[in-house]
Amino acid sequence: MSDLHKLTIADARNKLRAKEITSVELTQSCLDAIDAADALGAYVHKTPDLAIEAATAADARIAVGDAPDMCGIPLGIKDLFCTQGVNSQAASGILKGFKPEYESTVSQKLKDAGTVMLGKLNMDEFAMGSSNETSVYGDVVNPWKVDERNLTPGGSSGGSASAVAADLCLAATGTDTGGSIRQPAAFTGIVGIKPTYGRCSRWGIVAFASSLDQAGPMTKSVRDAAIMLETMCGHDPKDSTSADIAVPNFEAMLTGDIRGKKIGIPKEYRMDGMPAEIETLWQNGTEMLRDAGAEIVDISLPHTKYALPAYYVIAPAEASSNLARYDGVRFGHRATLGASDGITEMYEKTRAEGFGPEVQRRVMIGTYVLSAGFYDAYYNRARRVRTLIKKDFEDVFSAGVDAILTPATPSAAFGLGEMTDADPVQMYLNDVFTVTVNLAGLPGISVPAGLDAQGLPLGLQLIGRPWEEGDLLNTAYALEQSAGFVAKPNIWW
Amino acid sequence: MSIDTATAAKVAKLARIKVEEDALPALAQEFNTILGFIEQLNEVDVEGVEPMTSVTPQRLKRRVDEVTDGNQHDKVLKNAPDAREGFFVVPKVVE
Repeated sequence: MSDLHKLTIADARNKLRAKEITSVELTQSCLDAIDAADALGAYVHKTPDLAIEAATAADARIAVGDAPDMCGIPLGIKDLFCTQGVNSQAASGILKGFKPEYESTVSQKLKDAGTVMLGKLNMDEFAMGSSNETSVYGDVVNPWKVDERNLTPGGSSGGSASAVAADLCLAATGTDTGGSIRQPAAFTGIVGIKPTYGRCSRWGIVAFASSLDQAGPMTKSVRDAAIMLETMCGHDPKDSTSADIAVPNFEAMLTGDIRGKKIGIPKEYRMDGMPAEIETLWQNGTEMLRDAGAEIVDISLPHTKYALPAYYVIAPAEASSNLARYDGVRFGHRATLGASDGITEMYEKTRAEGFGPEVQRRVMIGTYVLSAGFYDAYYNRARRVRTLIKKDFEDVFSAGVDAILTPATPSAAFGLGEMTDADPVQMYLNDVFTVTVNLAGLPGISVPAGLDAQGLPLGLQLIGRPWEEGDLLNTAYALEQSAGFVAKPNIWW
Repeated sequence: MSIDTATAAKVAKLARIKVEEDALPALAQEFNTILGFIEQLNEVDVEGVEPMTSVTPQRLKRRVDEVTDGNQHDKVLKNAPDAREGFFVVPKVVE
């Protein structure tokens, strides 16, 4: 097996353009690595034939000098993206066998740029989860391992994180509703960015909570994130919330010069019971940015504590509405019915069989908070709190803060199964540092910044001003340079 | 706010998810845990605060009101669990 699958996007691009390698060779190297890594459970639908076909076409484009940055780059695509003619199930039993007749806008943009889809990646069912244990396909395993336990890669983009960290693709798509790109990126030692709400079209991405969902890249470096994000972004008439704002060349903005930038450290993110290692990592990151010439300022985001409870009203409410479409009529699973069963029994049995326990729980919570008599007390109150959370950020940005540094997660990766007996709220706490960013619609990036005492990766999160992903990526680039994180998991699978 | 099994059954019905009778007490307990967590929102003073409708301040785009898509009958029915003669098929809904 060649080592080409270990390349970054930037290196592969340069080698492809210099004709040192071909996309077919690069793609074959990834396909071989994927076939040797079934133990990780990252890929759930492999598409090797389509991949070689796309790689051959990419090589032809490169040969004639028509090579966008992403041309010939092999990627994994999260199962949440509808891909034409290829199973797209959102890791749910209710979409078993669903093969869309259309392609999501983001994956179409990646296709148009000449990228190569290697297959579909595992995830939490309907992107609801923080450990990739709610998937109908089974758990994803983190390639990082420090003892006999199998660890979670995080969620919901767990397959994407595991595949990128284990070099089973050069990069992958993810989606992030409450932290589903940034938390798994932190758990697996990779980079993940959620752009500003509206940067990436949501069209053709299976909807979870439409006012919070955003797609983004999960990559091996900040430079790769910049390159891939640019390809994924852009206005789409098919998504009414997609922003008609010019997409800059993000890679060209990576100078590493952050002198004079004002970095805010929010005191509310210092949580009771936070492991000392996370605190130390945060301190170290702060010093790195200071040493790079940034000005560090203490800031306050007073409503932080209420972000998670607000999220657990708004996201289930939107999910209960979005998931109403899974009724056993137009696509996916339909329960076998008894002779006396009518249409209501069809709905009820189909949804009970097709949805897993976490999805059922969230749909029902959403139904409850939207039901007559509770709409104001829960849903409208949560939306008011959301306004206040957004205002917290607006206040610090208008005071001149350029970016905010926080830990990405409250812990390193935990063992698969370790949270099984905990109540659901314990699992929800994984997103405590990331969920504010979705509620405020801001861009956020997770950068690997160190290892804990066991040798597991830890990430720091940078939060930027709306639409200023370029500046945010540059700050992340400076942090990446200073942190010098180069550790990779040992291949045990 | 405490959810009893009757409320849990009502919510399951509204959500069109079949929940067996013996699973209702555990479900009600889970709802109570989650709603207990959500109750924290009552501590926040939201007097005079507008509920958020759009996280980014933008007007919805408009376009000419004309047909831009259609005639995809077969594609629309392709993934249906049961389709016959150009229609989705469901159990009888009228006597």
